[in-house]
Amino acid sequence: MSDATVFSSPFAHTGNSVTYVMLQVCFALVPCTLFGLYLFGWPALFLFLVTCSAAVFTELLCLYWLKQPWYRVLDGSALLTGWLIAITLPPWAPWWIGAVGAFFGVAVGKQLYGGIGQNIFNPAMLARTALLITFPVQLTSWVAPAPLGSELAPSFLQSLSITFASAPAPDALTGATALGHLKTALTLEQSASDVLANDFIWWEALLGVSAGSMGETSEVLVLLGALFLMWRRIIRWEIPVSMLATLAIFSLIFEVADSDNYAGVLFHLTSGGVLLGAFFIATDPITSPISRLAKLIFGAGCGLLVFVIRNWGGFPEAVAFSVLFMNSLTPLIDRYCRPRVYGRLPGGKPLPPLPSVDLAREVKRR
Amino acid sequence: MLRGLLKLPQVRGGVHPVGHKDRSAALHILDLPLPERLYLPLRQHAGADAIPVVKVGDKVLKGQMVAVAPSEISAPVHASSSGRVVEIAEIMAPHPSGLKSTAIVIETDGEDRWIDTGVSGDPYDEEPLTLANRVANAGIVGMGGAIFPAAVKLKQGTRHEIKTVLVNGSECEPFLTCDDRLMREKAEEIVEGARLIRHILRAYKAVIAIEDNKPEAIAAMRAAAEPYGMVEVEAVPSMYPMGSAKQLIQEITGREVPAGARSTSVGVLVHNVGTVYAIQQALTYGRPLVSRIVTVAGGAINRPRNVNALVGTPVQHLIDACGGLNGDPAKLVLGGPMMGMPLPSTQVPTIKGATGVLALAKHEVPRSEASPCIRCASCVEACPMGLLPLEMAARSRADDFEGADDYGLRDCILCGSCAYVCPSHIPLVQYFQYAKGEQDAKRTAAKKMDYTVELSLAKQARIEAEKAAKAAEKAAKKAAKKKPVTATKPAETEAIKSPSEEESV
Repeated sequence: MSDATVFSSPFAHTGNSVTYVMLQVCFALVPCTLFGLYLFGWPALFLFLVTCSAAVFTELLCLYWLKQPWYRVLDGSALLTGWLIAITLPPWAPWWIGAVGAFFGVAVGKQLYGGIGQNIFNPAMLARTALLITFPVQLTSWVAPAPLGSELAPSFLQSLSITFASAPAPDALTGATALGHLKTALTLEQSASDVLANDFIWWEALLGVSAGSMGETSEVLVLLGALFLMWRRIIRWEIPVSMLATLAIFSLIFEVADSDNYAGVLFHLTSGGVLLGAFFIATDPITSPISRLAKLIFGAGCGLLVFVIRNWGGFPEAVAFSVLFMNSLTPLIDRYCRPRVYGRLPGGKPLPPLPSVDLAREVKRR
Repeated sequence: MLRGLLKLPQVRGGVHPVGHKDRSAALHILDLPLPERLYLPLRQHAGADAIPVVKVGDKVLKGQMVAVAPSEISAPVHASSSGRVVEIAEIMAPHPSGLKSTAIVIETDGEDRWIDTGVSGDPYDEEPLTLANRVANAGIVGMGGAIFPAAVKLKQGTRHEIKTVLVNGSECEPFLTCDDRLMREKAEEIVEGARLIRHILRAYKAVIAIEDNKPEAIAAMRAAAEPYGMVEVEAVPSMYPMGSAKQLIQEITGREVPAGARSTSVGVLVHNVGTVYAIQQALTYGRPLVSRIVTVAGGAINRPRNVNALVGTPVQHLIDACGGLNGDPAKLVLGGPMMGMPLPSTQVPTIKGATGVLALAKHEVPRSEASPCIRCASCVEACPMGLLPLEMAARSRADDFEGADDYGLRDCILCGSCAYVCPSHIPLVQYFQYAKGEQDAKRTAAKKMDYTVELSLAKQARIEAEKAAKAAEKAAKKAAKKKPVTATKPAETEAIKSPSEEESV
């Protein structure tokens, strides 16, 4: 049918809008982003601004090409995609990494599928994965935190050359993420428990003063944003909880069985982008399933894949791959996990009529 | 989840729209002055049009039947005031498209004189079926907006075991307060009506369910129900669509009505408080349904309140009685904002199912531009039926009605909770109404086709049978010429029998 004038009820509305939803997600990302910007200084800020504006610009360009109304850009989805790409990049990556990533995420990851709501894969994760495969060096050059105002922090001009002229980071600052470090150590036949005993302090990891992507190092602040989203009922508990629980259960089992080769629960939960992924990436409504059971399955799949790839795969970090893989299964999960309809059995058959014996029995209320 | 395990009632989903009920609920019901003309549409109920039994020029009295019901599922129409029939013509009906419908136009004489209603004796001494027939003759339909003839429901008592008569006073639609006011002002009549219905259905008890945002109504009904043991008043949580029969049954009894079945299959029958009041008036005083309480509200109405309007009064008359409009309304709605329908003009008459007349100001009407679905599943959470509105809408929009059916289109109650919460402002209900309409048309066409095929098959069989009979006769004659044999007789009867068998299949 055509989208003609609306004649039908209801003539009332909550006043909610897509823009409002997207902006609330952005707002929830503010604490961890600000912390990341503070931790990694000017280069991070430049990269963040370049990526976000590139995403919005790409969106405008695509809308123009596809002859869509330009004000669709105001729905905020492009800004959010750019934002998510930016905070999952190494903070000192050159500007074009952010720009290419944003272009790929918005143009290929979203608009090529038909625009907002039509994409199968999470655009931000698609962009990050594409970058990781095409530019592995830039995407794995991590720096240790050099907070603004600290001795090691680059000046404004130095920062400009880091971001826009690809000046190399000072040697004193280059470093691996905790996950990368562990992976290297394990290939050198060191025992995981030894490595972690020396380097891993869980509360530091939780606070996030460590090498890593721009916005994912501080688990506490990610959780803060996530709580806000849950309070606003924008995300649900099912996906994050089942994803984190699955990851925790598997790491616990393997840690207990073989602590030489497998890191523990706390390490896995506080390292890398697993929390950001669980609360902000995997919960993306467009690419995740709908019903509760489907969400639980989806989250569990993500958690399991993160564990598998981190421990037995080639990459130290696995959130993007896991989410993308589960994204591809979303339509299938959705198809088989539907909520039970009122008056019907879970399979869809109508409820059996009540026998008169039951009818006569009093039902106690509350 | 725990409630699910314990099999306790839990209405899923639902929304909490802003009530906007304070202003109209605060004032007493206003009796409207007599309008000069009354327009009585012949269809104010589910089912076929009523057939006029008066002609132009006839004098009629208030309560006189002016159109009879052609079938069981239909309702007669009564003159709502005394006067003269001036016209039986097409007028603009309360329908969003501005469709015409036939109506009897009465010029009132200002006397408002009742016909002799002649009720004698205690209704409790009467047979239930007699009482149900009286309700049918009073032209009473579901006054909550469903407009299903009330008597049809009352006759269910003979066929099903009905345990509970559920009187629906939850009134969950925003703006509407007509049931609230009625319960406050006519509590005793409603309780009496509930007792009468209980008597007709031979039910065990009557439960009056009222949302907990109407404490005055609850108190009034509790006080009125006190002397009677089998009339209970229950407060139910305020949420939309608590007033939907299926959800209310779930809340009160903890049972779900099986898909495709009626509420009688769980031993419950639901009537709106307005209907109960009308039934009481009909059975106690013999008064047919000639007036109803209508909420006139909305941001564009100067003095929102409830009015007692004669059926057939032009909507403009109601608005004038409430201080008129303050500027142009953005939308005129008949019924509540969640399930009501847009009115084409204020000249249409008030009908039996009109719960409210809303003149919504601009800021009360949502902007209508839709953006693409972001699969946020707000609609899934809001759906009280456990459906997937986003999937149904996507399929309806692509004219994939089978697919939409598969995702629960048939179970959809069109409550509008999904469209109310949709951040993309997708007109979900419009899609569903469209798809349901198309599916209905398809089913009707299929039925027609089946019937045609059946008829032509029967005809073919009959012709063949006749042929066979003739042939047999000829053969018999021939044989009789040679020598008399009766062996062909059984074949003949068999041939004649077969078409009737086919028809019965």
